[in-house]
Amino acid sequence: MASKSGIFNSSIGRKVAMALSALFLIIFLLQHFSINVTSTFSEELFNELSHFMGTNPLVQFALQPILIFGVVFHFIMGFVLEARNRKARAVKYVKTAGNANSTWMSRNMIWSGLVILAFLGLHFYDFWIPEMNYKYIQFNPADPNRYYEELLHKFEDPIRVFLYVISFVLLSLHLLHGFQSAFQSLGARHKKYTPVIKKLGNIYAIIIPAGFVFIALFHYINSL
Amino acid sequence: MSTAKGLDLTLKVWRQKNQNDKGRMETYQVSDISPDSSFLEMMDILNEQLIEEGKEPVAFDHDCREGICGSCSMFINGRAHGPGKRVTTCQLHMRQFEDGDTIHIEPWRATAFPVIKDLVVDRSSFDRVMAAGGFISVNTSGNTQDANAIPVEKEDADNSFAAATCIGCGACVASCKNASAMLFVSAKVSQFALLPQGQVEAQDRVLNMVHQMDLEGFGNCTNTGACEAECPKGISLENIARMNREYLSAGITSEK
Repeated sequence: MASKSGIFNSSIGRKVAMALSALFLIIFLLQHFSINVTSTFSEELFNELSHFMGTNPLVQFALQPILIFGVVFHFIMGFVLEARNRKARAVKYVKTAGNANSTWMSRNMIWSGLVILAFLGLHFYDFWIPEMNYKYIQFNPADPNRYYEELLHKFEDPIRVFLYVISFVLLSLHLLHGFQSAFQSLGARHKKYTPVIKKLGNIYAIIIPAGFVFIALFHYINSL
Repeated sequence: MSTAKGLDLTLKVWRQKNQNDKGRMETYQVSDISPDSSFLEMMDILNEQLIEEGKEPVAFDHDCREGICGSCSMFINGRAHGPGKRVTTCQLHMRQFEDGDTIHIEPWRATAFPVIKDLVVDRSSFDRVMAAGGFISVNTSGNTQDANAIPVEKEDADNSFAAATCIGCGACVASCKNASAMLFVSAKVSQFALLPQGQVEAQDRVLNMVHQMDLEGFGNCTNTGACEAECPKGISLENIARMNREYLSAGITSEK
């Protein structure tokens, strides 16, 4: 009986958990983008939104921990599934023709995911760790106007901008498979709605990463 | 009779004495193969050649040679049942290949499908998944209700029948990068889940079959769609989504 070990210890349970955390991260990414994009047209609005996100106790002490859990969970579960799936084919084929039956994106989620993980390391080093240090270790007084300046400094370095762009290309590839795959894992498949979900997923997977690339390039070019 | 020129081919075939042997690819030449012969007939010619040379013929599964039994397997040039859509190896014809081609022939690769010999794998894991719930319990005492007396929506009947066309060949497992059996199991779950007769045991069925599938060591589905693309019977991913729904609702509501 599956119920003896619980549904989340089963193959389907794990993919459902993977899909739910993915959908949560997809929503988060949209919110993150919405705030960042304001930096390209309004310094004031960007500072105001960033200050709100950085000081609101609900965001800081409820939503932020949930987000960190979601990110960590998605990565760890991704590694667990990859390890189990590799074990399911202990002896590899000599010759495979994956392109004949599936997309590159769908077969390489672990690699696009690892690039995104490496990017998150850089991103935490750039923003999250200095932010935590600023607020909760050094106890600096709140400065509602510092965010925009901090952002600009990060995008002066062409190597960092290049790494950001590469990461967002991989994120786009990850989402091109992941968005619609999450719905399939949840069993949400319907003759009428699935084609719409697939189109929406493709639009999201291209527009959002392209938007982040635009923001990075926008500030870099302005810094020249 | 075709007058097309015979094909000269180089075959790289997986040879493995038994489950304990490590196995290796070996190279053979066959010549003047008729483009109209089936892939299995080409293998028969290779085997006759090997026997004449005093060598061990290549072991491979086959039975009906009509594309309906699910016996034949073979991973040909990196694809289950070789090139082409909706085809079993017995229905694959040599006209799909060019003169001078090198063809790689391997067994299904999955931890849950151990190699018995050469290209023959043990697919009894599928049987055990079926035994865990791939049936309906019907009283055969003599007063069984006529199935036609129970109304079934046409679309459900069609979808159930489409799921039931699965021949259990294992191409889905062989094609999946994760060696997942979800297309097979979901077809078997769906064929019953769509009909009134399957409702009585629906919850236990999906829970038990998925549990057995996991025990056998098949991988997890990551929705690449390779199974559907390579399935000789065109079993749809729709079935996997249905199984996911059935499993989730059974997992949450079943009291067992």
